Amino acid sequence: MASSAAVPFWRAAGMTYITYSNICANLVRKCLKEPFKAESINREKVHFSLSKWADGKPQKPVLRSDAPEV
Amino acid sequence: MFRQASRLLSRSVSAASSKSATTRAFSTEVPSTIDSTFVESWKKVAPNMDPPQTPSAYMKPRPSTASSIPTKLTVNFVLPYASELSGKEVDMVIIPATTGQMGVLPGHVPTIAELKPGIMSVHEGTDIKKYFVSSGFAFLHANSVADIIAVEAVPLENLDASQVQKGLAEFTQKLASATTDLEKAEAQIGVEVHSAMNAALSG
Repeated sequence: MASSAAVPFWRAAGMTYITYSNICANLVRKCLKEPFKAESINREKVHFSLSKWADGKPQKPVLRSDAPEV
Repeated sequence: MFRQASRLLSRSVSAASSKSATTRAFSTEVPSTIDSTFVESWKKVAPNMDPPQTPSAYMKPRPSTASSIPTKLTVNFVLPYASELSGKEVDMVIIPATTGQMGVLPGHVPTIAELKPGIMSVHEGTDIKKYFVSSGFAFLHANSVADIIAVEAVPLENLDASQVQKGLAEFTQKLASATTDLEKAEAQIGVEVHSAMNAALSG
């Protein structure tokens, strides 16, 4: 069956729904008044380390951190 | 949203065996799926252990639909970090669905609606509480329970009008100067979200 369903513009551009939704949420957060803006940015901080594995060994980890350097 | 459904359904039917083409019953209609032959052979092998449960044993049956339409709508409005409304009984909610502002009354036909950036208003008597929702989904069930989930929802008072105007101008300019598809999509999203916020603040 041909995929003739009209897709949203962001999916046509290769974006997933989660990416779209997160972009929308970030834009809304940026337009908040203080102190709500500071609270929301603080809430959304992430800290993780991701490493892919090859041949039973972890490769170089990717660290993503919004925590302030201590 | 449902425009994709027919394409996806037909794709799975054509690809898989005939077994997947049979329609699945709802959880209230399926009788207790205890396979007696399995239980018997289990008891022969391990008579002292209970046979393992299946996922359907742990599922609660779908709540029954009341025969008469309830007077109030029960709303559960949740965000990833907080439960904004939990089991609140209201008269009506108006949700910003992608198909337009949708008014939800008790007894609404079961619907799954994708939300676009816009205002959601909760009407309880004469009180109207408005939130600006960034995006999300609304699940309206047959028993007049509405589950609304949003990634970010703020009361309108918390939005800064000058920043909204600035953002709108910035993204309109980005849209004009965008080159790749992705840039265009991002700028388009920016324009949509900011115009929605603008309309929410001025409307």
